[in-house]
Amino acid sequence: MLRFLTQRRGRDRLDMTDWIAFGFLGLGVFLMLGPVLWLTLSSFKTEAALQEYPPKLLPLAPQFVEVEGFETALQRFQIVSGEHAGRELAQVRRVGLNAQMIDPANPDERLNVHINDREAVRAVQVETENYTGLFTRFNFLRYFWNSTFITVVATVLTVLFNSMAAFALAKYRFTGRNTVFLLIIATLMIPPTVTLVPLFLVVSQMGLINSPWAVIWPAIATPTGVFLLRQYMLTIPDDLLDAARMDNASEWRVYWKVVLPLSAPALAVLIIFSVMWRWNEFLWPLIVLNRSEVFTLQLALNSFQGELQTAWSSLLAMTVLTLLPITLVFAFLQKFITQGIAQSGVK
Amino acid sequence: MKKNIAISAFALLAASAAHGQELRFMCYQDGNECDVWADAFQTFEAENPGITVVVDVVPYQAILESLPVQLEVGEGPDLARVTDYGGLARFMLDARPFVEDADTIEARYGQSLAWARVGDNAADGIYNIVDQLTATGGFANQTLFEQAGVDMPEPGASWAEWAEASVAVQQATGVDFAMALDRTGHRFAAPAISYGAALFDESGEALVIDDGFRAFAEQFVNWHEDGTMARDVWAGAGGGTYQDAAAEFINANLVMYYSGSWQIGRFGRDIGDAFDWVATGGVCGPEACTGMPGGAGVVGFNHTEHPEAVGKLIGFVARDDVQAQVLAQTRNLPANAELQANGIDYQDVTPEVAAALTAFAASVPTFSDTAYALQGYQYNRAVFTSIPARLTQAIVGELSLDEALDRLHQDVADAIAEAR
Amino acid sequence: MTALFRTLYEGAFNIFEKPMRMLQYSLGAHRMAWVFLLPNLLIFGLFTYLPILLNIWYSTTGGDRILLGDRDWVGGDNFATLFDCGSYLDPNSCRRDLFWRAVHNTGWFVVLQVGFMILLSLIAALILNRTIPLKGFFRAVFFYPVLLSPVVVALIWKWILQRNGVLNAGMDWAGMGTVNWLLDPSWAFFWIVFVSIWANMGFYVLILLAGLQAIPGDVYEAAEMDGTPAWRRLVRITLPLLTPTLLVVMVLSLIRAVQAFDEIYVLTGGGPGSATTLLIQYIYDVGFATRPRQFGLAAAASLVMAGVLLVLTLLQLAATRKRAEEG
Repeated sequence: MLRFLTQRRGRDRLDMTDWIAFGFLGLGVFLMLGPVLWLTLSSFKTEAALQEYPPKLLPLAPQFVEVEGFETALQRFQIVSGEHAGRELAQVRRVGLNAQMIDPANPDERLNVHINDREAVRAVQVETENYTGLFTRFNFLRYFWNSTFITVVATVLTVLFNSMAAFALAKYRFTGRNTVFLLIIATLMIPPTVTLVPLFLVVSQMGLINSPWAVIWPAIATPTGVFLLRQYMLTIPDDLLDAARMDNASEWRVYWKVVLPLSAPALAVLIIFSVMWRWNEFLWPLIVLNRSEVFTLQLALNSFQGELQTAWSSLLAMTVLTLLPITLVFAFLQKFITQGIAQSGVK
Repeated sequence: MKKNIAISAFALLAASAAHGQELRFMCYQDGNECDVWADAFQTFEAENPGITVVVDVVPYQAILESLPVQLEVGEGPDLARVTDYGGLARFMLDARPFVEDADTIEARYGQSLAWARVGDNAADGIYNIVDQLTATGGFANQTLFEQAGVDMPEPGASWAEWAEASVAVQQATGVDFAMALDRTGHRFAAPAISYGAALFDESGEALVIDDGFRAFAEQFVNWHEDGTMARDVWAGAGGGTYQDAAAEFINANLVMYYSGSWQIGRFGRDIGDAFDWVATGGVCGPEACTGMPGGAGVVGFNHTEHPEAVGKLIGFVARDDVQAQVLAQTRNLPANAELQANGIDYQDVTPEVAAALTAFAASVPTFSDTAYALQGYQYNRAVFTSIPARLTQAIVGELSLDEALDRLHQDVADAIAEAR
Repeated sequence: MTALFRTLYEGAFNIFEKPMRMLQYSLGAHRMAWVFLLPNLLIFGLFTYLPILLNIWYSTTGGDRILLGDRDWVGGDNFATLFDCGSYLDPNSCRRDLFWRAVHNTGWFVVLQVGFMILLSLIAALILNRTIPLKGFFRAVFFYPVLLSPVVVALIWKWILQRNGVLNAGMDWAGMGTVNWLLDPSWAFFWIVFVSIWANMGFYVLILLAGLQAIPGDVYEAAEMDGTPAWRRLVRITLPLLTPTLLVVMVLSLIRAVQAFDEIYVLTGGGPGSATTLLIQYIYDVGFATRPRQFGLAAAASLVMAGVLLVLTLLQLAATRKRAEEG
């Protein structure tokens, strides 16, 4: 590690720019990862702890003690001021501003303590029920499968169709090429939010409502994908394609066996995006999928939001669970992208 | 068990596909309403062989935004649990021909049945059975009042008295907020009516900005300026976005909170033993002491292939024994007059929760006609979302109060004009 | 795993090879471009252009109905309503003041968000392009927020920024006092810019990094031997060679900034007042969230927005092309 640090750019010392660079990166890590860690920690808190101010970093829960003569466990309090200051007592009941408390070691004597003189004893307690509750509450695996099906099928088709279009736009000269490219790029200008209703009309006329294909078909032609892939394919030398054509390869073979493998880094980027878009998609599935057997994870997640109340603890746990698969896909492809970028850099 | 609702219903469907009728019930829940209904429907299925009911639990946003779009193109479920009766009225199925005892339903639910009898709907139609009547009203943190040594205003005290007392408590105890009111026109309407707002003109159209409305709007903006009202709630959002202050109340950071009956269960659960809280009872203005009624209900849709089955289910949902049993578990107020009179034997509730439920239930009959008219008004959503949008602009100083009120009137008029 | 992938890859190739070859014989190699384009164009036509055409129909009709036949023709009324203004610089003088407030907010948002995001992404990419330890980790960290759904992004920051959130707890601890971040119009605007940069920056860092790595190393070596100072190497060599990538980043980030919606909507709801209401939120509010819906007006606003975006993008492309030709 030390050698790493000192080997920078062939010099022995860290110069000013290195310190600035590390400062920037350190701040970046803190800002980028901190909030996500916060979310994960919070997902283990109880509903009451989530509402608490100021928020605690770790999930804390009140502690209870069994006392002889009482059926239910009593909550433990530390007495911080007043005549019993310093003692740890258990609360029998609270009446108005006073609490009736007892010393667990001496359960016969009742003590009166002002409620501002005591502080609840709390310890770290992981609320795993936020998670386990999800599996008993509804058909988690079914939703997981639906989400996975939509994501995988849509991503495969996205990569296939977009790379085909990008190939045509990058490697052929034909009349209308610029028009087609512009028409595709122009669709970037219309955000999906504003065409929801007309799109719903189209999809319902096709009889796709409540089918996963209602989510898949409209999503698989993406201007961003075509744009990224085309830009990348422009950097692939035409000589390679012509060499293959000399060997009597069909256009399909040129596309599939020459261009696609060479575009791997750009394809990896598109895969990540497609997975992310489909996996996180909410508003459109909400409109076209309304039967529980076709629900996706995001829809199930949001059903914790009622008109007037939101079940935060379940919502957060579900959020963390939905983050997991996408994190894994990213971790897997990230390596691939790094390689890809490195190779294209060497070229 | 609940997780298998969909699967078992699926299996049943497959078994009885030849002659069976499957009803889809799109349901949202604030607490456990959908789960409890799904349980109750097992009784219905046993009584009506061949009919199965599948409950699809969806986010509230789906009810509010997706459902109307689906219904308009002829898609969507057979039944749903909704709140916007006026907006969905033209898609609703009249269950009157299919229920066994329409007169009893009329007697029990007459008041809330009126909410869906708008537009071209039949004046005696049975469209909606409310399963969660809500009433707006105040909550006060009794412990804070005791700590501050301030006497809590009695039921029937005025808004001004509550404001004064809450500020005194806030200053004595050092908590952050004296008063808060949920960010929606629905909550705002109650004090506005109490201040004398008529809301409707002679032809029955909203929204009239009269002296009463202006008086409370001005008071409300002033309360934000002098810190009586929690700024975070209204100024913390834009447009018609809903926002509540329940978390502040639960954390004993708010003295008096004007919200509604649906908070009771949550307060019981989350406040627990931390402090004593009570329902304030009616809070009065110069002209009235009203709250606003509201509530979610079950409706059938007229595009269904099985209107008779849907009608039967509506009849089942309306039954006294079914409502009593369901509401006992969901801990909601009954819309059913019989149950309102007899009371409901709520399950697992603390004395505090029971007292609050009783207090809110008792307040329902005292609500003014204007409040009921607004709840039953076809375009009330335009009113509910435009009020916070425009008044917040006055609160943060983007518009003067006069400008805001002019814009508010215009917004509602524009929206209604579009629908005609 | 690799073997399975290889088999699938080969299999897919073989399925299509024969029909595609036949097509090529009958159409000719140069017409194959259209065959490759076909699936994409079909989908765009059905699911993007058809809805846009419907949207144009909506914008010229009134009423709150969805089915086209139920709507009344109103011609350009919706556009006229939107543009009915005393002065375009003063939203209060407009009939639809909120639309113009949204236009103004969006303008500021785009300038600040795109400007700062490109600057920060460029710095991050330049640093990540150096030989540093744990490079892959840092790269992943910067990209990670891009994977989060907008709702999650907003919820996370809402907790952090709320009156009694982590940020205020930290400031209180440091003795700086607390600020009610989302209640002050200026701060709220700052935070929507910040959060949207936070959530989107990783994407552009990745693109810029790819662009930087495509610059051949020997160009630098030559410059280093000449003793050119680092900052001059950056201005004279790196940035010009990075121009095509920067163009992509500028075009994409501008389009997405104009269309920013989800995370801001959940974070501030467009408030306080209308301080953070952007265009898409206005369209969403008018067309969906409020009842009765005003689809016509929403459709008209969306077409205006798309038109402006198209012009901006073309201008950007033209400007860079011209500069590239001159340079």
